[in-house]
Amino acid sequence: MTTKATPDTAAPVVQAQGLSQRYRIGQGLLRPAAMLHAAQNLSFRIEAGRTLAVVGESGCGKSTLARMVALAEPPASGSLLLGGIQVAGASSKEQAALRKRVQMVFQNPYASLNPRQRIGQILQGPLQINTDLKPQAQRAQAAQMLERVGLRPEHIDRYPHMFSGGQRQRIAIARALMLSPALLVADEPVSALDVSIQAQILNLLADLQASLGLAYLFISHDLGVVRHIAHEVLVMYLGHAMEQGDKDTIFERPLHPYTQALLGSTPTLRRHASGAKRIVLQGELPSPIAPPSGCVFSTRCPHASPLCHQERPTLQPFRDRLIACHHTVTLAGPAENAGNGSH
Amino acid sequence: MPLLDIANLYVDFPSHQGVLHAVDDFSLQLHAGEVLGIVGESGSGKSVSMMALMGLIAFPGRVRAQHLRFAGQDILRASEAARRSIVGKDIAMIFQDPMTSLNPCFTVEFQITESLQLHKGLTRKQARIRACELLEQVGIADPAKRLVAYPHQLSGGMSQRVMIAMAIACQPKLLIADEPTTALDVTVQAQILDLLANLQKEHGMAMVLISHNMGVVSEVADRVAVMYAGQVVELQSASRIFDAPQHPYTQALLQAMPERSTGQARLHTIAGMVPGMLDRPSGCLFAPRCSSAQAACATPAPVHSGAELEVRCHFPIGTLEQSAP
Repeated sequence: MTTKATPDTAAPVVQAQGLSQRYRIGQGLLRPAAMLHAAQNLSFRIEAGRTLAVVGESGCGKSTLARMVALAEPPASGSLLLGGIQVAGASSKEQAALRKRVQMVFQNPYASLNPRQRIGQILQGPLQINTDLKPQAQRAQAAQMLERVGLRPEHIDRYPHMFSGGQRQRIAIARALMLSPALLVADEPVSALDVSIQAQILNLLADLQASLGLAYLFISHDLGVVRHIAHEVLVMYLGHAMEQGDKDTIFERPLHPYTQALLGSTPTLRRHASGAKRIVLQGELPSPIAPPSGCVFSTRCPHASPLCHQERPTLQPFRDRLIACHHTVTLAGPAENAGNGSH
Repeated sequence: MPLLDIANLYVDFPSHQGVLHAVDDFSLQLHAGEVLGIVGESGSGKSVSMMALMGLIAFPGRVRAQHLRFAGQDILRASEAARRSIVGKDIAMIFQDPMTSLNPCFTVEFQITESLQLHKGLTRKQARIRACELLEQVGIADPAKRLVAYPHQLSGGMSQRVMIAMAIACQPKLLIADEPTTALDVTVQAQILDLLANLQKEHGMAMVLISHNMGVVSEVADRVAVMYAGQVVELQSASRIFDAPQHPYTQALLQAMPERSTGQARLHTIAGMVPGMLDRPSGCLFAPRCSSAQAACATPAPVHSGAELEVRCHFPIGTLEQSAP
C-alpha cells in the first residue's frame, strides 16, 4: 500500500467497505440523545468511466452516502479508498489532495450558485484555492470549461440569474470539473429540471464521461433516469442496502420485494399500454430513529414472515447480484432465469 | 352540457418590461366524471389556467375569456358572492406542496371543518364528525387522534391526504389536482394516485390532474392536454396521445423521456428554450424549436379539431406523413 498521495490509476476510483454513518440527534439539557443510523454497512466500488446509481426514497441515506464519498463528512466506521488511497489514514495534506479528486453537483442549480458572483468567479474559485495559476490562466481555463459544457466563453462575466435552470446546472457541472476530478458525486442533478432540459444534461454527463473517463456516483429517485445512465445500481432503504448489482439485472429481474415495489410503483407510459396494475405498498417509511427490528422493510413487505420481524437479513451474493432478504430463494423461483443472464 | 366550458381564456401579467402572456387562448370542455390531464413544462401555463378558473389570479394579473362556464354559470362574470358559493364547494383544488399549503398555526380539524361550516352550514359538532369520516375515507388511521394534530406533526403523504380530505369535504363536482404527488416519494405517490382515482370513481367527480410527469398522467387521465408557452398545443385521448402524438412538441417531449430511449446512449433533446416574455415568436410559438418547421410556420398556428382530437399546428404529424409519401 502506498503512503504517498499519488493515486493509483489502476485502482478503482472509489472502493468502499462497510461504510456506516450515524448521527446523534435530539439531545437536550435533560434528554438523552437518540442515534440515527443514516447508513449502515455499505460496500461498493466504482471504476473509471462507470456510473453507480443509488436509488431509494427520501430518508434512505442516499445523500449521507454522497457526503461521505465526497469527503464532506468522515464515516462513523468502514473504510473508504479513493484511487487506492485509504482516506481515514491520510494526513490532512493528503486529504486535501484527495478532495480535488472528488467533486459534487447538487440538486437545485438555483441554490447552489452564489447569486452575487459572476460565472468567472464561480468557476475560478476552485483554482484559486487549489492551484497557483495566474488569474489570467484561471480565466482562460474557465472559458474553456464553459465551452466544454455547452455554454459560450462570453458568458463568463454574467451572473447566475441571467441563466435558465438547465444552463445553471451546466455551470454547476463546469465548476465541479475545474480541478479535473476522477469522480463526480451527483446528488439528484436533474430532478429540478424539465424533461427536455433533463435530457440535455443527461447527454452532457454521458459525453463528459466518455471523453474524460469520469466515474459517477449518481443519486436519484427517478428510476427512468437511473435506467438510462447507470451501469450498476444500489437500492437503499432506511440506510441499508437492499439489492445491488448490474443495471440490467436489477431492472429486468428485480428480486427484492422493495426493488419490485419501487419499480412497480413508478408511473410509466408503458403500463398504460400493457394495462398492468401498479404495485402499491402500504404505509410509509418508518422512522429511522426507531427502525423495525429484524428486516427494516418487514413493516411494509407483502412477503414478510415471523422470521423477517426477528432477524435482520445480511446482504449476500445470490446468483448475479447481492441481496438482503430472507425469502430470496422462494421468491426467485427456479434458477433458469438467472442462468440465461449470467453468461 | 359540459360541466366545465372554458372558451378563449387569456391570463396576462403586465410588468414594466412588457406583458407576459401566461395563458394564451385556452379553451376546454370537461364533462361530469371525466379525468383530464394537463402536462407541460414549467411556465407553460398549466397551473395559471386553473388558478384563473378558481379566481386566484392576483393583481396585476388580468383574466379575460369569452366565457368561463361551470355548470352553465359564467363564473367570470358572476358576482363575488355567487363565485364564492361555487369555488371551494363545487370546485376544489389540491396544491402541489402539502407541507406549505396547510396552515401551520391551525389543527387539521380546524382546517377541514372551516369549509364544512361555511358552505354546508354544519355546526361545529356535526362538522367534527364529518371531518372524522373524511379522514377515514382518505386512508388515515385513527382519525380522531389526527384531528387535533398540527401540520408539522404529519408526514408528507399524510399532509397530502389531509389536503385531499379538505378538498372533497363539500363533495365537489370538479376537483383540480395541481401536481398532487410531485413532492412525494414514489411508493407514497402510488398510494395517493390510487386514492384520487378511487375517490373520483366513487363520487363521480370530474378531475383535472396537472402534472409535468407524463407517466403519472397516463395512468389516471381519460384525455390529455399538452401545453406549451401558454397554449394548448394538443388535446387527445390518453390511450392515443402517447402512441400517436399529432403535435411535434408532444412527440419531442415523449422522445426526450429516458423511459422511451432505453438502450440508446443519447437522449433526444429539443433545441433551444421555451420563449420568454421578450422573445415570443409572432407565428407558431414552437416553430423556432420545431424540427419540421416550414415557411408557413411564421404565422400563428391554426387549431385543427376533430372528433377526438385538437392540434394547434400548421402541419400535424399525421397529415404531414400523408401528404409526403
